[in-house]
Amino acid sequence: MILVLSLAPLLLGFTRKTKARLLRRRGPSIFQPYRDLLRLMRKEVVLADNASWLFRSAPYLIFAATWVAAALVPTFATGLMFNWSADLIVITALLGSARFFLALAGMDVGTSFGGIGSSREMMFASLAEPAMIMIVFVVALIAGSTQLSEIAFHMLSHIELRVSYGLALIGLVIVAIAENGRIPVDNPATHLELTMVHEAMVLEYSGRHLAVIELASALKLLLYVSLIACIFAPWGLAPHGADFRGMAFGAVAFVAKLAVGGFLLALFEVSTAKMRVFRVPDFLGAALMLGLLGTLLLFVSRSL
Amino acid sequence: MSLTVALLSIAALLGAAGLAIALARSVEATRIIYGLCFGFSLILFVAAVVPRGAAALTAALPLGLPWIGAHFRMDVLSAFFLAIVNLGGAAASLYAIGYGAHEKHPSRILPFFPAFLAGMNLVLLADDAFSFLVAWEFMSLSSWALVMAHHHDAENRRAGFIYLLMASFGTLALLMAFGLLAGSVGGYSFADIRDAAHGPSWKSGLVLALVLLGAGSKAGLVPLHIWLPLAHPAAPSHVSALMSGVMTKVAIYGFIRIVFDLLGPPEFWWSMPTLTLGAITAMLGILSATIQSDLKKLLAYSTIENIGIIFVALGLALAFKANGMALPAALAFTAALFHVFNHSLFKSLLFFGAGAVQGATGERDIERLGGLIHSMPRTAFVFLGACLAISALPPLNGFVSEWLVFQAVLLSPSLPQWSLKLLVPAVGVALALSAALCAGCFVRAYGVAFLGRARSIAAKDARETDPWSLSAMSGLLALCLLAGLFPSYMIDTITPAAKLFVGGHVPTQGDIPWMSIVPIAESRSSYNGLLVFVFIIFSASVAALIVRRFGSKAIRRGPAWDCGYPDPSPATQYTGSSFAQPIRRTLGNVAFVARDHLDMPPPGDTRPARFGIEVHDRVWDGIYTPILRGVEFCADQLNRMNYLTIQEYLGLVFIALVGLLLVIAIWP
Repeated sequence: MILVLSLAPLLLGFTRKTKARLLRRRGPSIFQPYRDLLRLMRKEVVLADNASWLFRSAPYLIFAATWVAAALVPTFATGLMFNWSADLIVITALLGSARFFLALAGMDVGTSFGGIGSSREMMFASLAEPAMIMIVFVVALIAGSTQLSEIAFHMLSHIELRVSYGLALIGLVIVAIAENGRIPVDNPATHLELTMVHEAMVLEYSGRHLAVIELASALKLLLYVSLIACIFAPWGLAPHGADFRGMAFGAVAFVAKLAVGGFLLALFEVSTAKMRVFRVPDFLGAALMLGLLGTLLLFVSRSL
Repeated sequence: MSLTVALLSIAALLGAAGLAIALARSVEATRIIYGLCFGFSLILFVAAVVPRGAAALTAALPLGLPWIGAHFRMDVLSAFFLAIVNLGGAAASLYAIGYGAHEKHPSRILPFFPAFLAGMNLVLLADDAFSFLVAWEFMSLSSWALVMAHHHDAENRRAGFIYLLMASFGTLALLMAFGLLAGSVGGYSFADIRDAAHGPSWKSGLVLALVLLGAGSKAGLVPLHIWLPLAHPAAPSHVSALMSGVMTKVAIYGFIRIVFDLLGPPEFWWSMPTLTLGAITAMLGILSATIQSDLKKLLAYSTIENIGIIFVALGLALAFKANGMALPAALAFTAALFHVFNHSLFKSLLFFGAGAVQGATGERDIERLGGLIHSMPRTAFVFLGACLAISALPPLNGFVSEWLVFQAVLLSPSLPQWSLKLLVPAVGVALALSAALCAGCFVRAYGVAFLGRARSIAAKDARETDPWSLSAMSGLLALCLLAGLFPSYMIDTITPAAKLFVGGHVPTQGDIPWMSIVPIAESRSSYNGLLVFVFIIFSASVAALIVRRFGSKAIRRGPAWDCGYPDPSPATQYTGSSFAQPIRRTLGNVAFVARDHLDMPPPGDTRPARFGIEVHDRVWDGIYTPILRGVEFCADQLNRMNYLTIQEYLGLVFIALVGLLLVIAIWP
């Protein structure tokens, strides 16, 4: 749990740095997100006059739900202590809980920016979440389990090439991009634009509340990268009960995977442009259809 | 013993209905009658949950038709539904002790409320077709009287009329279904029907279609759902809660009783109409809910969605049972019953909340509410809990049953039939979509009604609701949380029913360590609501503690930032219809042919600009309008029959007689 928490801002910083270098800027240090969080933590909170208790408690609930979900994804070793307490569907739903509170918090002060953000976020989610569930179905039907540890174990022991894997991978990447509000769905770097979604919802937040929310969204990015790594590139994962060397190797592999994931994300972001909001449902609908197609293939034949 | 107690309590409820008429002029009548209802519902609840032997209890009373009598029976399924109905009934009565004070004409509601409760209980206990139908009709008519309580409103009268039509149609379908089941011998008791030889395939198919029509029209299956969004808002809120949260469950009971019990071993294709209708119902229900601005109408549409989910689970159970796959069938059946229980809890709670809001502000339209979290903090809190539960978010109860349904879907590739293999993934997508849309729908409902700034003076001056209502709502919320944290108890409660009706059962959950639920095998899937809850609470507190310890504690209140351009008018907030706009544009253009119209006058013109939304109800336009036209046409044609001469009338009688005699002569 602590590991994902400490690495999450680093991944964010690394992605930003790579993006800046790709644009031939120097970019901030990869440790900048830590500094931002600390700075926000020390600042006072400016609350709107009519902010309710929900507004003040939502950041912690969002953070907690995301953190629990992130802690349930195997990072460098399978067989986590409480992995049986939740499966992949629960992780999806936990992220759903976090989103639910974030969207409510966006509407709490009663500003039009908050509402526009919440409304769009829920529209994206209404397609991204089913797409995610269908991808879970694909993976679960292949591995015969919805438990992530079991899935990773299955993937490690049966390395094979399937059509449905390909469909699921593309779908999952699309969902990950949308859920994390990256280009082309949303631009994490903008403010004062009508196209913003995530930033619009958190517009009224400041100080420590903002720090907690920012940390939660960094965690979410890490969660998706490690989820993709765990399912589609499980190499290096230390099996259950591995010795220290296995663990250390797993940790190195995990950091390497994160770096690759962050680099690919940055590369993708600089090479594409932001979409119009009403193009996004088509983009996400593609993920949903890929998931459905993958599931259908597996219903028809176990070997596809 | 339990059955006797139950029957006596039902009689007592009917007595309370009589007492209500006698007390019509008394000021205290509201409290007395609802108090009595609360007490009797609790007794019935206890009678349903006390442990009985494995055998079903039966009783026969010399009521009704002299050569049949009235048979009653309590088995595991009726006991389970009895518990749900009376839990809902007790909560509604407790709520009504406070809420009933708002009522201007309590004597229009008081006699029918206990009668309605008694009717629902009788349906669950009936053991012959005659008592079942009488109880069913009694339930429909008493609830119709409750819908018509505020009959001065023309809209309510229309709702009552449509409800009456649909209810009669449903009873007619059930009547014919029982007629087919009993066959030419005419054994109308359920025991006779169960033992009778099962007819040919087309006959069972016809019975299934009639049951889907009859029970489906009461439950709110698309396209028979049209009365729900009209009738549920028209009734007083505690009655809406009963109708939406409980009466639809009685309809589900009727479906299970006939299709899983009386109709004999299922064939695989029975599941296909059930699955298809369920999936369409779930999707259309939640999409319609998302664009509603009337809070109670929104809740009624969301009930339709949940009924769809339950029917999908039942359809899966049918498919598995027909293929002799006992364990998956039990899983799907358990999921369906668990969702029945969950939905009865949170939907009642949501209707209570809507009633509290209506009582405090006089408004049901969310576009005229807002900011209620400040003026009604407790109601806002319990309503939030119910929204979380219905949106299937862990660790509350709605998630568990939906998780179980998904697990059942994941077991279906082993179904041998190709048609099912192609249908089930599509149904799975519909389920996933409706779950996600549901979260959006309730973010919208809660965000617009309870958060933000007040959009009307009534919303600004709202007062917290009374303690009776609050206690009923908090009790239901506590049950939602408990059912979400300890689902293993619920699953074990459903297990005997699953054993009886689908011939298999999921592993006993009670002795699994840490109170997780493991429907099939641990390597396949497991979920532990309690641990997830503890983790969330723990992480949230750790985060809050660390932030408080190391961060700044200062708080400054100021005007909202809103990117530097805050507008003081509450009208500039995001409204419900603007919140729904993205979904209306992406999915609604298919489901409702939704269009936005913008009338922008050219510069210099003093006309105001107008923005309108055009939404069509495809079910109404596609099915009911043609039927209405047909009825009107026939009525016009037959109108001429009013003006015939006496000779022509006698001729008609003669022709009819000859026709009937001919039929008898030709009939084999």
